[in-house]
Amino acid sequence: MDIQDYQGVYVFIQQVDGQVAGVSHELLGKAKELAQKMETVVTAVLFGSGVSKLCGDLASYGADKIVMVDNKDLEIYSTKPYAYAMCKVIEHYKPAVVLYGATAIGRDLAPRVAARIRTGLTADCTKLDVAEDGTKNLQMTRPAFGGNIMATIICPDYRPQMATVRPGVMQKIKPVAGASVPVDSFAVEIPESEKDVQILGVVKKESHKMDIQDAKILVSGGRGMGAPENFKILEDCAKALGGTVSSSRACVDAGWVEKDLQVGQTGKTVRPNLYLACGISGAIQHLAGMEESDVIIAVNKDESAPIFEVADYGVVGDALKVIPLFTENVKKAMAERAK
Amino acid sequence: MNIVVCIKQVPNTNEVRIDPKTGTLIREGVPSIINPDDKAGLEAALRLKDSQGAHVAVLSMGPPQAEAALREALAMGADEAYLVTDRAFGGADTWATAHTIAAALKKLPYDLIITGRQAIDGDTAQVGPQIAENLNIPNISYAEEIKVEDGSVTVKRQFEDRYHLLKAKLPCLVTALSELNTPRYMTPGGIFDAYREKKVNIITRADLDVADVDIGLKGSPTRVVQTFTKSPKAAGTLVTNLNPQEAADYMLEKLREKFII
Amino acid sequence: MDFTLSKEQEMARTLFRDFSEKEIKPLAQEIDEEERFPAETLEKFRKYQFMGIPYPKEVGGAGCDTLTYEICLEEISKVCATTATMLSAHTSLGTWPILKFGTPGQKDKYLKKLCTGEYLGAFALTEPNAGTDSSAQQTKAVLDGDHYVLNGSKIFITNGGYADTYIVFAMTNKSLGNHGISAFIVEKNFPGFSVGKKEKKMGIRGSATCELIFENCIVPKENLLGQEGKGFPIAMATLDNGRVGIAAQAVGIAEGALDETIQYVKERKQFGRPIAKFQNTQFEIADMVTKTKAAQLLLYRAALAEDTKKRYSEEAAMAKLFCASTAMDVTTRCLQLHGGYGYTREYPIERMMRDAKITEIYEGTSEVQKMVISKYAMK
Repeated sequence: MDIQDYQGVYVFIQQVDGQVAGVSHELLGKAKELAQKMETVVTAVLFGSGVSKLCGDLASYGADKIVMVDNKDLEIYSTKPYAYAMCKVIEHYKPAVVLYGATAIGRDLAPRVAARIRTGLTADCTKLDVAEDGTKNLQMTRPAFGGNIMATIICPDYRPQMATVRPGVMQKIKPVAGASVPVDSFAVEIPESEKDVQILGVVKKESHKMDIQDAKILVSGGRGMGAPENFKILEDCAKALGGTVSSSRACVDAGWVEKDLQVGQTGKTVRPNLYLACGISGAIQHLAGMEESDVIIAVNKDESAPIFEVADYGVVGDALKVIPLFTENVKKAMAERAK
Repeated sequence: MNIVVCIKQVPNTNEVRIDPKTGTLIREGVPSIINPDDKAGLEAALRLKDSQGAHVAVLSMGPPQAEAALREALAMGADEAYLVTDRAFGGADTWATAHTIAAALKKLPYDLIITGRQAIDGDTAQVGPQIAENLNIPNISYAEEIKVEDGSVTVKRQFEDRYHLLKAKLPCLVTALSELNTPRYMTPGGIFDAYREKKVNIITRADLDVADVDIGLKGSPTRVVQTFTKSPKAAGTLVTNLNPQEAADYMLEKLREKFII
Repeated sequence: MDFTLSKEQEMARTLFRDFSEKEIKPLAQEIDEEERFPAETLEKFRKYQFMGIPYPKEVGGAGCDTLTYEICLEEISKVCATTATMLSAHTSLGTWPILKFGTPGQKDKYLKKLCTGEYLGAFALTEPNAGTDSSAQQTKAVLDGDHYVLNGSKIFITNGGYADTYIVFAMTNKSLGNHGISAFIVEKNFPGFSVGKKEKKMGIRGSATCELIFENCIVPKENLLGQEGKGFPIAMATLDNGRVGIAAQAVGIAEGALDETIQYVKERKQFGRPIAKFQNTQFEIADMVTKTKAAQLLLYRAALAEDTKKRYSEEAAMAKLFCASTAMDVTTRCLQLHGGYGYTREYPIERMMRDAKITEIYEGTSEVQKMVISKYAMK
């Protein structure tokens, strides 16, 4: 392979039910920055059925060009048809870089593609940069050992260089209204042999709660809350603050709260304006998911808890006693402000 | 039905600490465990064995000490164990690892292959789908539920906001989530049998039909160029000795200072 | 000489520790406060095949060794001595005599069910007037055709009311003293058998300690364990076996108390620093850790003797004497390091101290152990 033949930064656009995932917008933003350093352009790769209406949206978030595979077989995500189509795109367009969101789709699709193309894939990146040593290699940085260490990885001899990137890590650009870019309609016929998994049903989860990644204020509970029923205290507090409740892995493992509330390396990465950590000791894998929050306040009985190392304000005390009083304070303050 | 469960021995990353003086990883004394997602996969296989009968083999690629993880799997009830180990496999990234494991799996009978979604030391979630690609069989990732009927596997496949109910003819590879189940304990007698009556079969480079350019460090497209520990954020303010009301007042004051409320 | 455990023993310890932390520890305080028998834990012991750990697979056991069984009791006792009492009374006292002295018919009928946990076992020797002087048995057994008729009562019987089978000792010939005692396997449903009052105890309060009453209790002749008149040696051999289990319990209690205390002294601050920084604390911890490790070595030596020697009364007695006194000493000193908090039920240390006391009393008091040891030393 002549790696010079491979040019351009490509972003796999994750669309589900005609909605582009937030992480795809974030990746377009990051790709723009990388493309500048590589002196190339950003191409969005859009799969689905009847998805041309999304092209404007992709242009406004930074795509310079769009490759669209509009095919009935790609209407609902399925591993092998998507992998087949992606491989065809890669073979045809020879991108230098392909980025995917580190989502339940991206983390399934990208490895299958990497195995088929025989190239490297770096998972769950939190930082991407371009080498300044003349190679213009993509430098992919990701946490390992549960967030205990960071590793920078390159893929020097194979193309494309592929990475999945965690949602919430990169910044999307401010959308440019009315942007329009060239769209390449690329026809791919999915062979029957690739359609060997049958979709019997699609069931959306009933979720009345806000996604913790979208929350501006998170009131987060850990093992120090003592019992699942004590999460009521946190819910009251979150309600008063206009935020939502999240938790550490310990509480999820103990079955106290739902998995989708988990912050951390194996949960979600969050960066709210306020992260209030209640009875969370702060295992490194937890800190990895929240230390980018603007303001962190931690309440914990144990003065030596690692959470205090990242907290802007640490309070040594029993969250079960402090938080209800704090909630009352917040309610009073809000009531005064409303007057 | 032949089920092969791929497991990885990992350090319990919850117990990994950073040496505050040197900023390096303290790995000494950190216990090794079966990766949690893989253990859930093993439990799923054992439940299929209990409910409908199956031969459950476990396979691990790693250094010789990974044998302990396989013994644990045997003590939980697996029938057979294979350790894929050779210096030639060292330094493999996910591509080369999947390629090597797939080559080993080709030597075994399988209808259903179960791997964990991801390992807690790497968190890549790549090896499962990549094994399936190497074997040219379908994969279903992120399984919350696994059923096998009439030569097909039906999986409740998790996504962030939904799940898909997916069905594939065997052979198929499924990646398991730790939420799938609560793995059983070993039994004391199972442990003694695992060491005294069962055996861990060793698979080396010489046993596999693979090319040198596709295994180990040489076969790995990716290179780690640097590892580092994150520089800790500058410490904030820590207040001790406040009573609960004072603490609550302090927190409100800080929120006001930061214009959060 | 080798002080290392085998790989299977190490892995078994990991299992017992994990199981104890997750399944037993969360109940420890509750069953103590409520004086409640942990029936749910018994179910888990059955499910995970903890009920016949040291016994051969052919009779339904797990096929492990004695040391592994003692490690199990040690790990359980770290978090809940009550639970260990239930398991050791079943295994060492309620099951072992049938394995060693039972007829093929008795083994078929009872041993497999005991080893797999279908049955819970118990052992009934002590009477109101026959404690340390166990030869003063007043329960009588009279042969009447194809069965014995038992009359009398037993007290302080562990697993009483929950057990399915009891190894019961009774006089078949009063005039022969020790040589007139015989052992019987009594099922809970035998006519004339009933369970009397449950004791209110200082410690191991979740363990069911009951009176047993025999009123013309009919025991089939084939349920005579060993020969008539050979009950006393059966009782003594069984107690040698049981004593090693109590030593394991005692070591576990001491280790558990130390675990709690080491954590506490690191967190508790007085005079502006953790009390772990004070030399008194450090020296106390050093003393206790050393003593507990010595106790553990005596325990393991006794466990190994049990698998390799015909008689190990001396090893068992020394292990029980030293481990029990270590448990009492260590829990007392650990409570002292906790100060006032240690005296409250908010911390587990007071429970551990109450539990430790029984190890100096049951299955032969410390004084009985000294009698055994001195007999061997000065023979």
